[in-house]
Amino acid sequence: MNDTLAEWVALAGDGSLAKAVLHAQAEESGDTEEAVWAKMRSRLEAMKEAVQEGLRKDIRSLSGLSGGQAPLLMQHFLSGKALCGTLLGKAEAYALATAECNACMGKIVAAPTAGACGILPGAVLAMMEEKGKTEEQAVDALFVAAAVAEAIVTQANVSGAEGGCQAECGSAAAMAAAALCSMEGGSAQQCADAAAFALMNLLGLVCDPAGGLVEVPCVYRNVGASGVAFTAADLALSGIRCPIVPDEVILAMKDVGDALPPSLRETGVGGCASCPSIKAKLCMRLQED
Amino acid sequence: MDLFDLIGPVMIGPSSSHTAGAARIGLTARMLLGEDVAQADIGFHGSFAATYQGHGTDRAVVGGLMGMGVDDPRLRDSLNLAKKQGMQISFHPVSIKGAHPNTVRLSLTGVSGKHLTLEAASVGGGLVEIRSLDGMRVDFTGKNNTLIIHHTDAPGMIAAVTSCLAQESVNIATMQVYRTRAGADAMMVLELDEAPAAPVMTAIRSLPDVQSAEFLKGRDA
Repeated sequence: MNDTLAEWVALAGDGSLAKAVLHAQAEESGDTEEAVWAKMRSRLEAMKEAVQEGLRKDIRSLSGLSGGQAPLLMQHFLSGKALCGTLLGKAEAYALATAECNACMGKIVAAPTAGACGILPGAVLAMMEEKGKTEEQAVDALFVAAAVAEAIVTQANVSGAEGGCQAECGSAAAMAAAALCSMEGGSAQQCADAAAFALMNLLGLVCDPAGGLVEVPCVYRNVGASGVAFTAADLALSGIRCPIVPDEVILAMKDVGDALPPSLRETGVGGCASCPSIKAKLCMRLQED
Repeated sequence: MDLFDLIGPVMIGPSSSHTAGAARIGLTARMLLGEDVAQADIGFHGSFAATYQGHGTDRAVVGGLMGMGVDDPRLRDSLNLAKKQGMQISFHPVSIKGAHPNTVRLSLTGVSGKHLTLEAASVGGGLVEIRSLDGMRVDFTGKNNTLIIHHTDAPGMIAAVTSCLAQESVNIATMQVYRTRAGADAMMVLELDEAPAAPVMTAIRSLPDVQSAEFLKGRDA
């Protein structure tokens, strides 16, 4: 496997980055390319199921903080009133649905983590439904996203406890941005640039879950990071080159994560977790139990 | 690196470390015990101790102990299911010096009275590391086929075990040996490319000085 975005871009050359990733995974696992592709296709199916589960009105998390909000965002989108329009509006509703499905102990695909599981599926599924992208394009896009995740895991990390939310939702947005770019026919370099633009825009994002739970602000960050992914993809697709080498943005993310105080790295102490109103809600909920 | 650890695992939420990893630890312990769990004493350390209820870490560990995988929707309801089966479960916080923040210590009794203690850490993304087994320090993940042999330290044990495997052309990928002291309790942990057939396991179990041998089929095997 390759450790950096630069290596992936070099490997793809003028060809398809998705195919290069598929080939590398098949080689490493000893499985056929057909089997590896089928496995990724089943991941896409699991993503669709998570969205449907998350769009149910009656699901609730153990804390009672999450569940049932994605249908509201979906309704807003379906009414045509979503300010973000049909494509991003749907991606955001699906991202929230997936994140709420996760918070409510539903079945999801970690991408790259459970906490940030909504961003990539939201982007890819919205492109299929709203822009008519094929299943093959969607599965290919997941391979491209996996390459981005691999470069991040190798050079930094995808753990909120180590690197803050920039490492979770930031990484997921980078993966989604590259996936979107690939679905639109972007080159391998454009995919890498899209990933870098997304990460750049979420650099410094702290991990501050109220009560230490993967709910507030996590489920809403999945929605916000979706917007960043689309913005980043548009930047790269327009022909704007990322002025910083993409791998350097990943390394910068690692440095920023190392510099974050423990209170902002998944300890449930600082940031949103410290806000009195959410602490009061969690406290009330515990008393009810 | 396996890309399906990055677009995956397919799992029950809400947390890859606090839910999926916890379920994997429970399932690994159940497989190592080799029989249904009658009694489980579950100690949570660090972040596990602080947030286990909200993350469903308790449900995940118990579900794993009942044989459920990380994507099994019954994980949500495992505490009730365990109660119905008459499984005795207790949870309590523990403090383990130098341990990873997401560590669980399990003390299990099986339906036939068999005992197992295990300490394991959930190290992120649903990946786990088994750190101690029946009081002996070990280090394996369960991602690959793993053969765990509990035996008495004696000359020729490694040769005897490896020859059982060699006869059936089972290739050893990695091997670790541990002992409490010379001539006392010892353990071998072997990662294997192939799953050993039943006769191989019988041959290993019937070796003198072997107390038990359990095979864990790897998640990717």
